Amino acid sequence: MLHGADRLVLMANQIARAYAVEGEERAVRQTASHIQKFWEPRMRDAITAFVKETGGKGLDEYALKAVGALKPSRINPALGA
Amino acid sequence: MALIKEIDYGTPAAKSEKMVTLIIDDTEITVPEGTSIMRAAMEMGTTIPKLCATDMLDSFGSCRLCLVEIEGRNGTPASCTTPVAPGIKVKTQTQRLKDIRKGVMELYISDHPLDCLTCPANGDCELEDMAGAVGLRDVRYGYEGENHVFKKMDGVANDLYIGKDESNPYFTYDPAKCIVCNRCVRACEEVQGTFALTISGRGFDSRVSAGMNEDFLASECVSCGACVQACPTATLSEKALIEIGQPEHSHITTCAYCGVGCSFKAEMRGEEVVRMVPWKDGKANRGHSCVKGRFAYGYATHRDRIMKPMVRDKITDPWRETTWEEAIGRVASEFKRIQGQYGRRSVGGITSSRCTNEESFLVQKLIRAGFGTNNVDTCARVCHSPTGYGLKTTFGESAGTQDFDSVEDTDVVLIIGCNPTDGHPVFASRMKKRLREGAKLIVIDPRRTDMVRSPHIEADYHLPLQPGTNVAVVTALAHVIVTEGLVDEKFVNERCEVEEYKEWAAFVADPSHSPEATAEYTGLDPKEVRAAARLFATGGNGAIYYGLGVTEHSQGSTTVLAIANLAMATGNIGRPGVGVNPLRGQNNVQGACDMGSFPHELTAYRHVSDDTARALFEVEWGRPLDPEPGLRIPNMLDAAVEGTFKALYIEGEDILQSDPNTTHVSAGLAAMECVVVQDLFLNETANYAHVFLPGCTFLEKDGTFTNAERRVQRVTKVMAPKNGYADWEVTQLIAQALGLNWNYKHAGEILDEIARLTPTFTNISFKKLEEMGSVQWPCNDETPEGMPIMHIEEFTRGKGKFVMTEYVPTDERTGSRFPLILTTGRILSHYNVGAQTRRTANVEWHPEDRLEIHPHDAEVRGVNDGDWVRLDSRAGTTALRALITDRVATGVVYTTFHHPTTQANVITTDFSDWATNCPEYKVTAVQVSKSNGPTDYQDDYDEFSRKSRRIAEPVKEAAE
Ligand code: SF4
Ligand code: SF4
Ligand code: SF4
Ligand code: FES
Repeated sequence: MLHGADRLVLMANQIARAYAVEGEERAVRQTASHIQKFWEPRMRDAITAFVKETGGKGLDEYALKAVGALKPSRINPALGA
Repeated sequence: MALIKEIDYGTPAAKSEKMVTLIIDDTEITVPEGTSIMRAAMEMGTTIPKLCATDMLDSFGSCRLCLVEIEGRNGTPASCTTPVAPGIKVKTQTQRLKDIRKGVMELYISDHPLDCLTCPANGDCELEDMAGAVGLRDVRYGYEGENHVFKKMDGVANDLYIGKDESNPYFTYDPAKCIVCNRCVRACEEVQGTFALTISGRGFDSRVSAGMNEDFLASECVSCGACVQACPTATLSEKALIEIGQPEHSHITTCAYCGVGCSFKAEMRGEEVVRMVPWKDGKANRGHSCVKGRFAYGYATHRDRIMKPMVRDKITDPWRETTWEEAIGRVASEFKRIQGQYGRRSVGGITSSRCTNEESFLVQKLIRAGFGTNNVDTCARVCHSPTGYGLKTTFGESAGTQDFDSVEDTDVVLIIGCNPTDGHPVFASRMKKRLREGAKLIVIDPRRTDMVRSPHIEADYHLPLQPGTNVAVVTALAHVIVTEGLVDEKFVNERCEVEEYKEWAAFVADPSHSPEATAEYTGLDPKEVRAAARLFATGGNGAIYYGLGVTEHSQGSTTVLAIANLAMATGNIGRPGVGVNPLRGQNNVQGACDMGSFPHELTAYRHVSDDTARALFEVEWGRPLDPEPGLRIPNMLDAAVEGTFKALYIEGEDILQSDPNTTHVSAGLAAMECVVVQDLFLNETANYAHVFLPGCTFLEKDGTFTNAERRVQRVTKVMAPKNGYADWEVTQLIAQALGLNWNYKHAGEILDEIARLTPTFTNISFKKLEEMGSVQWPCNDETPEGMPIMHIEEFTRGKGKFVMTEYVPTDERTGSRFPLILTTGRILSHYNVGAQTRRTANVEWHPEDRLEIHPHDAEVRGVNDGDWVRLDSRAGTTALRALITDRVATGVVYTTFHHPTTQANVITTDFSDWATNCPEYKVTAVQVSKSNGPTDYQDDYDEFSRKSRRIAEPVKEAAE
């Protein structure tokens, strides 16, 4: 069973590989947008933190670049963090 | 509501547009050409006596009761087999006709028991009706002659007498009452397509028989009930009807099992269901049904059903029955406490495809508006989430493109990764009818399913691909179509993004995607792949039907994209007979997705980050909403293991049994502080629950389901909820306990709110459904009657989008330790994890899950048919009994997952679809070896389940 970062790395790589055929520019953009749209903030924070700590060990090139392109989470002030 | 009795027109409606006028009994009537005289008469309100005709079946002309006279023609033609002709003058009642009919009836009655008073069909018998209709007053022949009625004649055994066959758990066959009208035989052939029945013997000796002198249960019969419905006498009767008596009122409702969404008349006596009879006006099923919806509703009154709420502090404690107030109060206070302690996003909810639209809508509303988080998901995650993703991307709408009727215009059927005869039986019957009429068939499936070869049907091509290579195969089909110049250029140029098309065409044309280059891993003969592609592209209207064998893969979404590409490239979109048709597993998969049950989207598939959409909901609900997507089911479990997710409200879903990698699921559940399960039974997930809220069945609540054709249909309450509350009321109680101002009086008000918030549902309401029977969304001011076929002039997104689909092999590989591929599926008599069907007599057809294995693979392992075998994967071990069959190829093994003791999901891994995290159920590398019986894990689990299902004696508990 995979845990934590390992699983996120696997998931990010899977996404990047699905888009890889489109070429780097599009693949990175679409991978980032996919993660932004479908991953809950704590998952995005976790992979971002993982990249900071390890330099992105195990991440494919496009996946790594996509993680770098993630935007910060949005917060609805009425709800708080 | 009174008992609904549909008019029987005697013969099916004619489809011709050309009209013919004739005169029947001095009255002029105009009907479509090809209509029978019998039907024409019925349309003007004149019932011609009949016995062998019924409008579900083609006319047969055997009983000679329906004779008429036609001016200028000799003799007395049968009105059921004689078509109308312009200007003819028909008489339905003359002295001659009366005499003949009486004579015919006399013959019938002289070989029929006269126990009408105690006969189960009393009050609903066509033979009795006809005796009345022809004025039969005495029978000249008496009973002394040959007959099938008496066991003994003058103390000597009567050779013609055959005793009752009661082997089928749901209906009986009493040959003594048979009038040999052949309706049952024809129903089994024409409506169901199983060909289980024959007439054995000749002339007076002839009787109906199931197979070769077999009883019904042992025969090919699949217990669909079509013959029972067609039988004009008590010969084939439901056992429940025999026991209870004739119904007195009925309600129209929708089957709660599979995505076909059959319409039924629930025929009642008071609050007791006498029988469920498929409704002829139901547009999904057109009067047909399968064994599940027709007969398997007994779980509603099964003794395992829990009727009282229960709570416990620890999952190792026994359950304690309690009041609704305490149980609901516990949910509210625990969720509040947990949010306070671990943060807003530490709680979530799961809805189910078994829930009504209204229930799913309320659960996601509770999570989003009540708890301020988007951590809500639905079990569609584990089945059809890739469909939503793929079709939204390419066509712009997360749904199938056709209605079921569309298959009647299909010339080439392409089935990928689904087994309609088992998974979607009623639709399969309709598809088979079309195939018998001559449509061509391509099946892409690792197993030789019943569709590949069954009576009167043989697939033109069966491509038994290696599990996990769908993308490569569908892309190879596209390769052939593009490189051999078979693309529908006109369609592509007019309807699709041309630049993207060109890029895609260049991509698939690459030699690496050819059938020859991919054969090595797909395992398919390139010649067959080429021929299949040519047939699909050139054979006329091509329709693609697919199921979980497409979606439940690490590349599930990619395959859906590839299928959409294929349909566009061949111009098979936007008219009857074509299209992309996902066959949804459970009844309300489509509805659950439409209702905004996914963590990233609101109703009508609007992303939660869409400020305009969110604002609409914030205003309607008066609560702030989170603009970030929530956790999906597997993510919730991961987060639980990591300690950031602590409370879960699950309505109608058994994630422990249905989700992959059981150990992962149970670890996640065990790490939570408050798990609330709302269900009929203490399901497997409830072993880890702290609060159990009893749910109710589809018979006990109002609402709507949306089937695989986007058809919204009513679910109707026919009895009071046995647990006290409809499921939507339970969710409302939780909301109220949290201080939310929810005051729905009935489910229709929830649907009205859905309509206000959902552009594709704007005009849908209980009232609309009452008027129209059912409606296929989108239903709004632009399409007030709904939309049977989508993307007619343009795609929902404008131009169709081609997406390049690169085959990426799954990370789940076979190797020396795990050399076989396990793939999973389902069978006809059970539904999903079997919680309901296992609690009905359907178990007689499938008492346990078996492992299908090819004779060669079995032999090298020394496994014999019926042996216990051990099944190991990287995730775990289980054991079950083997079934040796060459339906599966060598290297592939197969099982169903209907029984919890099988623990099939202990084996499946947590690899999942790249886009949606839909688990990869269909590919697991395994090893099979001989064993003596269940594994320790299975035994331990049994023990654990038994323990965790204990319910404390109320008195003893109070003393503690
Ligand atoms: S129940 Fe269905 S399958 Fe069985 S004999 Fe009747 S029509 Fe055929
Ligand atoms: S069993 Fe019923 S339907 Fe079949 S031949 Fe006999 S009377 Fe007709
Ligand atoms: S299970 Fe499916 S096919 Fe069978 S009756 Fe129900 S909706 Fe129809
Ligand atoms: S109903 Fe026409 S011959 Fe039987």
